[in-house]
Amino acid sequence: MNNIANDIIEVKDLKVYFDMSRGFLEEILAKEKRQVKAVDGIDLNIKKGEIVSLVGESGSGKTTIGKAILHLVEKTGGNIFFKGEEIDPKNNKEMRLFRQKAQMIFQDPYQSLNPRDIIIDIISEPLEVNKLVKTEAEKRERVVRALEWAGLKPAEDYLYRYPHELSGGQRQRVAIAGALVLEPEFIVADEPVSMLDVSIRADILRLMLNQCRQKGTSYLFITHDLSLAWLISDRIATVYLGKIVEIGDARLMVGKSVHPYTKALVSVMPVPKVRKDRKMTILEGETPNPINIPSGCRFHPRCPNVMGKCRESEPELIEIEPGHFAACHLCSPHNINKKGPRS
Amino acid sequence: MDILKVRDLKTYFKIKAGTVKAVDGVSFTLKEGESLGLVGESGCGKTTIALSITQLLPPEGLIAGGEIYFEGTNLLKLNEEEIRAKRWKDISIIFQGAMNALNPVMRVGDQISEACVYHEGMSYDSARKRVKELFSLVEIDESRIDDYPHEFSGGMKQRAVIAMALACGPKIVIGDEPTTALDVMIQAQILQLLNRLRKEMDMSMIIITHDLSILGETCDKVAVVYAGKIVEIGEVETIYEEHTHPYTEKLVKAFPNIFGKREMTASIPGMPPNLINPPAGCRFHPRCEHATEKCRLVEPKLKLIGGEHYVACHLRGDNDE
Repeated sequence: MNNIANDIIEVKDLKVYFDMSRGFLEEILAKEKRQVKAVDGIDLNIKKGEIVSLVGESGSGKTTIGKAILHLVEKTGGNIFFKGEEIDPKNNKEMRLFRQKAQMIFQDPYQSLNPRDIIIDIISEPLEVNKLVKTEAEKRERVVRALEWAGLKPAEDYLYRYPHELSGGQRQRVAIAGALVLEPEFIVADEPVSMLDVSIRADILRLMLNQCRQKGTSYLFITHDLSLAWLISDRIATVYLGKIVEIGDARLMVGKSVHPYTKALVSVMPVPKVRKDRKMTILEGETPNPINIPSGCRFHPRCPNVMGKCRESEPELIEIEPGHFAACHLCSPHNINKKGPRS
Repeated sequence: MDILKVRDLKTYFKIKAGTVKAVDGVSFTLKEGESLGLVGESGCGKTTIALSITQLLPPEGLIAGGEIYFEGTNLLKLNEEEIRAKRWKDISIIFQGAMNALNPVMRVGDQISEACVYHEGMSYDSARKRVKELFSLVEIDESRIDDYPHEFSGGMKQRAVIAMALACGPKIVIGDEPTTALDVMIQAQILQLLNRLRKEMDMSMIIITHDLSILGETCDKVAVVYAGKIVEIGEVETIYEEHTHPYTEKLVKAFPNIFGKREMTASIPGMPPNLINPPAGCRFHPRCEHATEKCRLVEPKLKLIGGEHYVACHLRGDNDE
């Protein structure tokens, strides 16, 4: 049982491993199955009405975390609590109820809408599947309401159109309306604006924020755009190779971060300003392959501040100040006493 | 020295519904060694400008007017063969979407050496040697020369496409959204690489992007494009800090300002206009909150308002002829 009543989602030591396909010879020789450790032990909680962002490079496991929390991919280990209860993904009845309460918004509005359905059918599908509406009139009313929440007004104009008749921004609003129609309490938004023009991003984000404030909907916002994470999140978690390496409030993005990885990401964040004196920490290479996770601290091969200890032991997430955790040997209490946390 | 001069360029697309005036009277000048950014929303004509310069337009595209001078020669007066001699050797493009710009069934090294063989008449062996040099220039390991594109990561594909654009030592490189779809860290790596190459190889560069925030690191000058026209052009600092066109203002404001207060950015109301029937007068007037009667009727011209700062707006620099 969960003792903090207002947590919508609580994740404990979540692990998602994918099996690699083996070659014929490996199969015969019964070699050990190799696994991709996409998510490798994550603790996270999201409160009612809170927006938590996951930031990191592609391949860091951000999307897999989101999908695992919604039971869209099978977890390998750990516990996921929804409002204090652990859901059994094999129990259809429980899952059906959970699906009504937790929804996902996908990145690409060009691929997430069925091109052969009209908007009213796309949005009403979850209502019909869950037998939540009895009459046509009721169905129509709920779809209209969802479209209006998503900012498509007048909603009647959109009901009988096909996705291809809409612009990218309108499609993403339809996708959002589809997620909102069941009035969920928790939404995973996976890069919801990265395919959209800057000029309409703000509208979509404002929509999410309003939902959050008015209805107390909680969000897990997955993005690689740090400035957007800063803009809308209550808390931000930096993910590297399937682990959270730092988590804290939005000020992480404006100089409060202590983990070298978060610091490097922040240092290269593009901003519409000319800064000649800007010092960028450009990390070499790309996120390593999660099949062979480096020993010790998984960030050590790319870390500008690497020490001997980092190669041997894996740092744990420790609280640096209230609500701000980082997993780095540089910030361990031992080092803090010696030279302060932010050297 | 001006290396590229575009004067009153008009590029139209003839489609069933009518004539799309994708680029409608664009003029700008690129100095030797300079880097110019073209920025605007999707569909404003940025890529069409690039394709017009290299004359790689699709069949329905047509350059309806204007001049493009490269080192004094008007490229629009040359025949196909003469253009082909200049394309890639003098002006090359880093195409949008590196993921899809490479041929998936051809080794990366061969694709790049092809450019050297065709454009420079090199032998296969010397072209291969050149590719190895290019690989080290863009920081890809030489041993990857016989890999296929699917064996490359996204960042490496982007580097390979850059290597291809540099294969014949061009004087101008046009980067069409060179970092879109890349991760923050890879984006920073690629931008740093482009900056280094521009200095080392003494090139001029045109960067096309919808992301105003990357221009500060890469460009000297920025031209803001709206509905097929340049509405403001100036040094990158001027565009960020002292912009005067209402559209530029809205574009800059659409980015979160992490140095300021944490407040929601503003979006730009309305949609970019249909370019078959663009609005009369200033093309931005239906979305502009300062629009006056004059804006609806008379089209503003680009006017110099100081330094190298030009703006096309009736409300600013009202020194009417």
